[in-house]
Amino acid sequence: MKPVFNLRNVVVALVVAGLILLPVYSALTGKVFILTMFTRIIILALAAASLNLIMGYGGMMSFGHAAYLGIGGYAVGILAFEGIGSGFIQWPVALLASALFALVIGALSLRTRGVYFIMITLAFAQMAYYVASALSRYGADDGLTIYKRSSFGGLIDLSDRTQFYYVCLACLLGGVYLIWRIVNSRFGLVVQGVRSNEQRMQAVGFHANRYRLVCFVISGTICGLAGALLANNTDFVSPAVMYWTRSGDLMVMVILGGMGTLFGPVIGAIVFLVLEELLSQVTEYWALIMGPLLLLIVLFARGGIMGLLGRFSRG
Amino acid sequence: MLVVEQLLNGLQFGLLLFLLAAGLTLVFGIMDFVNLAHGSLYMMGAYFAATFVAWTGNFILGAVMALGATLLLGIVLEYVALRHLYGRDHLDHVLATFGLILFFNDAVRLIWGPAGLALPLPAWLTVPVQILPGVYYPAYRLSIIVVALLVAALLYVVVMRTRIGMLIRAGASNREMIGALGINIKLLFTLVFGLGAALAGLAGLMQAPILTVQIGMGENILILAFVIIVIGGIGSIRGAFMAAIFVGMIDTLGRAFLPDLLRKVLSSTAASTAAPAISSMLVYLLMAVVLVVRPEGLFPAAKR
Amino acid sequence: MAEHLLRVENLVRRFGGLVATDNLSLEVVPGELHAIIGPNGAGKTTLISQLTGQLMPNSGAIHFAGRDITALPSYRRSGLGLARSFQITSLLRDFTAADNVALAAQAHAGHSYSFWANARKERPLREAAHAALARVGLAKRADVLVSELSHGEQRELELAVALATKPQLLLLDEPMAGLGVTESQRMVALLKELRKEVTIVLVEHDMEAVFALADRITVLVYGRVIACGKPDDIRNNEEVKRAYLGDQHAVTRHG
Repeated sequence: MKPVFNLRNVVVALVVAGLILLPVYSALTGKVFILTMFTRIIILALAAASLNLIMGYGGMMSFGHAAYLGIGGYAVGILAFEGIGSGFIQWPVALLASALFALVIGALSLRTRGVYFIMITLAFAQMAYYVASALSRYGADDGLTIYKRSSFGGLIDLSDRTQFYYVCLACLLGGVYLIWRIVNSRFGLVVQGVRSNEQRMQAVGFHANRYRLVCFVISGTICGLAGALLANNTDFVSPAVMYWTRSGDLMVMVILGGMGTLFGPVIGAIVFLVLEELLSQVTEYWALIMGPLLLLIVLFARGGIMGLLGRFSRG
Repeated sequence: MLVVEQLLNGLQFGLLLFLLAAGLTLVFGIMDFVNLAHGSLYMMGAYFAATFVAWTGNFILGAVMALGATLLLGIVLEYVALRHLYGRDHLDHVLATFGLILFFNDAVRLIWGPAGLALPLPAWLTVPVQILPGVYYPAYRLSIIVVALLVAALLYVVVMRTRIGMLIRAGASNREMIGALGINIKLLFTLVFGLGAALAGLAGLMQAPILTVQIGMGENILILAFVIIVIGGIGSIRGAFMAAIFVGMIDTLGRAFLPDLLRKVLSSTAASTAAPAISSMLVYLLMAVVLVVRPEGLFPAAKR
Repeated sequence: MAEHLLRVENLVRRFGGLVATDNLSLEVVPGELHAIIGPNGAGKTTLISQLTGQLMPNSGAIHFAGRDITALPSYRRSGLGLARSFQITSLLRDFTAADNVALAAQAHAGHSYSFWANARKERPLREAAHAALARVGLAKRADVLVSELSHGEQRELELAVALATKPQLLLLDEPMAGLGVTESQRMVALLKELRKEVTIVLVEHDMEAVFALADRITVLVYGRVIACGKPDDIRNNEEVKRAYLGDQHAVTRHG
């Protein structure tokens, strides 16, 4: 049995502790930038965690996950534009819209496998991008400014940076906890089994694609929440949020952190985004480094960071 | 007449898409390799063409040089980086080539700057040609159609009638077999990849004078190529051809005529909001229909 | 007709120009152990795949427990009581033996759209899994990952997984494949016990096992039934002897 105090768990605990204490650090040092940067990182970590659910546990390589960031974001943005500023309405709509989109796209895409699944999810997400670009009422290519963040009555004030940070963090930790429970539930075991050996699962009596679809919808819904948070964070939403390279970024975060592990996507998001930030301060052409770096990771470090940590704790 | 012009535009766009999709499906069919950076090769074809035409002052010479440069780039890419990925998970291909896209986009930005390039046409290609009494069509677009059809025909002859083509078809339906036949696999793969790169580059350089040459131009069209492969069918060049023409037509005609069609049914404001959205969705709707009715594509090559 | 648990009528399956199943008819009576033998390429696995729904026939019908299941998808057939073990071991390799069996039990114990409770802590499933594992002699290896089990243990696990679905009919596709002498003997002893509770259709190359176990034997050659009857009749059948003349090695065991 693995001891509780292995390297992986220690690192995860430190990271979580760090995230919880971050606003304190930011307040003490006066570095507001750290707070806003990490708010964004946490939101994208939630998106990555939702992608990990279908990729790492479900074996479905979706290259269109950024679409849900857009759908969630536009739900908030459009409702705000039309005068509905309450988060109690906006956020459920964001979740519902994401779930519906996932249901339709999932039902269509899951008729294929492998590369075709990747291509099709990519195509549909790009379709969402083009549709959003054509909505002239809601800013089209230029995007939609959100003048007021989602309001929750007097309960919480999202325009306060610290309060918003903790709301996002709560969503992230809550989301990861939810995923943990799902993965170990009856449903989760079936989904993992279908990833492992679909033929075997069909033979014992499971309708593989139905379970995949439900998993796909859950994942999209969680990402829709991340989209709503993201729109609040930037006070803005535009089609660019759904551009297919953003889906690629999410995939990279999942793989980098360790696909199929619970905290992998969180670690991956932090490392990826911090690296992106640091590199862009060094050079304007940071993708020249990031690109080949990805290639090297694929060639040599498939288990991601959690995989490396796991190897060190075993050694 | 507007309709004839749009039909030809649709054909032209479709043929261009075919060139792109053919390269992609060849590489995937033979080497089981998913190349997201295919769009980058398309972009490089356009950038090379703009540069060489400006250097030499001669359109044809510049275009040929660009084609050669893209072919060379493809071969180098395959040899240095991509061959290490064969046999791996498709996800690995996707990630690695995604990294390549980022790299290429920034490399282009570094070398040519963030603003796009223009590729002006020589005078003899801008004249309108009379194809039917009273109907004129730009010479350049006509030449694209001719060149693309020639290349398609050449591709057909090579794939269906030559020994190399036989290997390609065999490889598309049974990869292990070509290895067992004792053919130099590495060389075959490099050549096929080079061919794919050349096709992408050709599409890019031909499209360059019509659209602006800019960073990221590859990604937009790559997705259409994916859609075509899905609609056309697994590993099938014939399917890619049919699907490409079909998609090219639907996209062009849709964008051209849908706004007017909608205006007859809906109010003017509703039509002008809905039309662009729906036109951009048309191709994906088509793909969705195919997925529901025939998930293996309309003309799948082999029954695996 | 209702007394046949499984009835196959004029089944045909083609692969391009090859006819793998050529107007095949056979019936299985409840409680019997019915063996299907034949030289390599006779179409035994193709037949099993059509019976379990992994492959759809081009024409013909399959009736199970009085129902026409010809077009039924494979996951539905398991619910009716049709279980299968695979010729090429098909298990969940990154799960433990217990997990594999428990999942099979879970498929037949209510729905699996529960998202919160930890399924590995469900007593009834875990107990059912341990019972099935004990049956095949793998109780001590319950918490070992499938990838770390020996080939013989994996074949036994295949059997346990099939049993966990509480089948009426067990379709076993070469359960002895790749087993050593002791393991084969264990498997035969196990099957001798199981036949008392469940009807078995056994596809096998191991002739000793077949003749020791079978109530009736069907002989398949090029997708057709050339003989069907009691073991002694089959042993003395001229056509059968001719079919096996070129396949002497079929009489010996693998591994």
